[in-house]
Amino acid sequence: MFQLETAENPQTLRRIAIDPLTRIEGHGKVTLLLDDAGRIHQVRLHNVEFRGFEVFIEGRPFWEVPVTVQRLCGICPVSHHLAAVKAMDIIAGYGPLPPTAEKLRRLMHYGQVLQSHALNFFHLASPDLLLGFDSDLTRRNIVGLVQDFPEIAKQGVLLRKYGQEVIRHTSGKRIHGTGAIPGGMNKALTAAERDELRRDIDQMIEWTLAAVHMVAALHRTKPEFYNHFGEFDSSMMGLVDERGALDFYHGGLRALDKDGATIFDHVDYSTYESVLEEEAKSWSYMKFPHIRALGPEKGWYKVGPLARVQTCDFIPTPLADLERKKMVALGAGKPLMGTLFFHWARLIEALHAAEVIRDLLDDPDILGTDLMADQGERKGEAVGVIEAPRGTLFHHYRVDENDQVSFCNLIVSTTNNNQAMNEAIRSVARTYLDGRELTEGLLNHIEVAIRAYDPCLSCATHALGQMPLQVDLVDCEGKLVARNWHNMRPAE
Amino acid sequence: MLHVAPTPARKKVRIATTSLSGCFGCHMSFLDIDERLIELVDLVEFDRSPLTDIKHCGPCDVALVEGGVCNAENVQVLRELRANAKVLVALGACAVNGGLPAQRNHLDVGDCLTRVYCDRTGGKVPDDPELPLLLDKVYPINEVVRVDYFVPGCPPSGDAIWKYLTDLIFGRIPRLEHPMLHFD
Ligand code: SF4
Repeated sequence: MFQLETAENPQTLRRIAIDPLTRIEGHGKVTLLLDDAGRIHQVRLHNVEFRGFEVFIEGRPFWEVPVTVQRLCGICPVSHHLAAVKAMDIIAGYGPLPPTAEKLRRLMHYGQVLQSHALNFFHLASPDLLLGFDSDLTRRNIVGLVQDFPEIAKQGVLLRKYGQEVIRHTSGKRIHGTGAIPGGMNKALTAAERDELRRDIDQMIEWTLAAVHMVAALHRTKPEFYNHFGEFDSSMMGLVDERGALDFYHGGLRALDKDGATIFDHVDYSTYESVLEEEAKSWSYMKFPHIRALGPEKGWYKVGPLARVQTCDFIPTPLADLERKKMVALGAGKPLMGTLFFHWARLIEALHAAEVIRDLLDDPDILGTDLMADQGERKGEAVGVIEAPRGTLFHHYRVDENDQVSFCNLIVSTTNNNQAMNEAIRSVARTYLDGRELTEGLLNHIEVAIRAYDPCLSCATHALGQMPLQVDLVDCEGKLVARNWHNMRPAE
Repeated sequence: MLHVAPTPARKKVRIATTSLSGCFGCHMSFLDIDERLIELVDLVEFDRSPLTDIKHCGPCDVALVEGGVCNAENVQVLRELRANAKVLVALGACAVNGGLPAQRNHLDVGDCLTRVYCDRTGGKVPDDPELPLLLDKVYPINEVVRVDYFVPGCPPSGDAIWKYLTDLIFGRIPRLEHPMLHFD
């Protein structure tokens, strides 16, 4: 049983809802149940949306899937595009991709990581960190950032733009492009496009490095607070390459426990079902995955930037690896578990993505025109996995002899983080909200923890529908004691 | 590119945005106006939006709606926007005609839920009262409220959104020329 997951007598408690969660992607709400003394008995993050992708994709031709699945998520469409196409490469019987094709896919993906990380940090989360968790809610957003920190806001906007332009040049469109096809790529990069991207990349590296330093400096202002906000122990999972290096595009699965000891390593992701299992709970459309061997109570884990930079042995670009070492050193041998470290790790990854983009643009292969692999024998089933900006993303398909999809299972990044996000907000509720009078600023602390995970509730509700998040505080009689509107006007 | 000089004297146009059953791609495309976002801050103020912490919308000039209507909560949010906004815009394929999520419309929703939650995890379909009731189908927003303008595209490009918004802000009839009018 998870602490604070289920109150014993919900009927007797007061409910407070944070609904909808804002400055995240997708739809969700948080509910809190409180007793008369303001003690918290239950905290839940609900994904309230159901879309049903896994079901209606059945019957569709397999070659269409890498384009359609992008509509799960407009923030990381490239991740779904590439996870699906990696599975379809195998199903269509293609062998290893020619170097140019794989490098173009990597370029697209690292562009995506850069734009998505910039979006989460600058457009969505940084107003909390730079303006204050309980600052004026009408200004605690990108507009307030533009007004008070114009230079930082401008850099954020241009970093995201750059990542989007990388995607456009490799896939034809900034959002929901079509670059990757089973067996390779449908578009080469022209010298003019390469030169245009190369012109600004050094600037992007400089700005992402400055952003890492900014977050490190913020941390130094209140180290105790940053170390422990939303802190809880958990296992971590991510893809690493054969050397144990961070790789967003391809690798084996590695999971470490809370002390950094190996749970499994270099697991071939096509066998993910042998190591992972999913569970459903009545109060969320988002499922709860866990490591099979450890069971649902102990086997949950986190994914995404903070998990990745600590599960890998090193980051294969120099500036990012140096920054990684500096951050990880703060744990003195123990993995860092504070929720706000996600932002620091995310910016280190953005820096890494920018360095990789530069290296790919400098690689002569990138202008090649050999874009398709050789075709061999068709297969009926395949799994494609990628490290999406928010963490490990699984696409699993079976295709019948008419080329129609007959089975689809997706475990998206945010779903992997479901239990971890619930634990993060319970930790925050215990430390900052329990027994207090709940102000808007205090309730925003809950959202700050959720934003650190950069959840994409659009993806996570691929099942069918859509996910609102709301925080509710309810008393022991299950009665709404006092409704805190948290930036909402009371309904007329 | 249209350049808009900041005009501090002018009353700011108040904009609300929401994502119903969309993928957030239309909101991302809105952010694809890039540096023009900084200009926009001088021209508009935001009401309810996933980009702000205002959770319910108040009286506003323009509401941009992404996504179709798939559950009871979407209906409420959409009606609240319509009641408050002078001009309501259906932004993108999902709002205009249901988009890709409407592919579930030929299936029975109960059946979908059973297949996703029972057959795969051996569990139960989530049924907590905190979860909004799913509708039988995904509906385009004009089947629920009156819509003033429709912008096609999945998503409409950042340039198209900028053109539309600045037309509205400066009191012109919004219009997309052919190169900007896309349906993909
Ligand atoms: S129209 Fe396209 S981009 Fe917009 S929400 Fe729908 S699927 Fe996403």
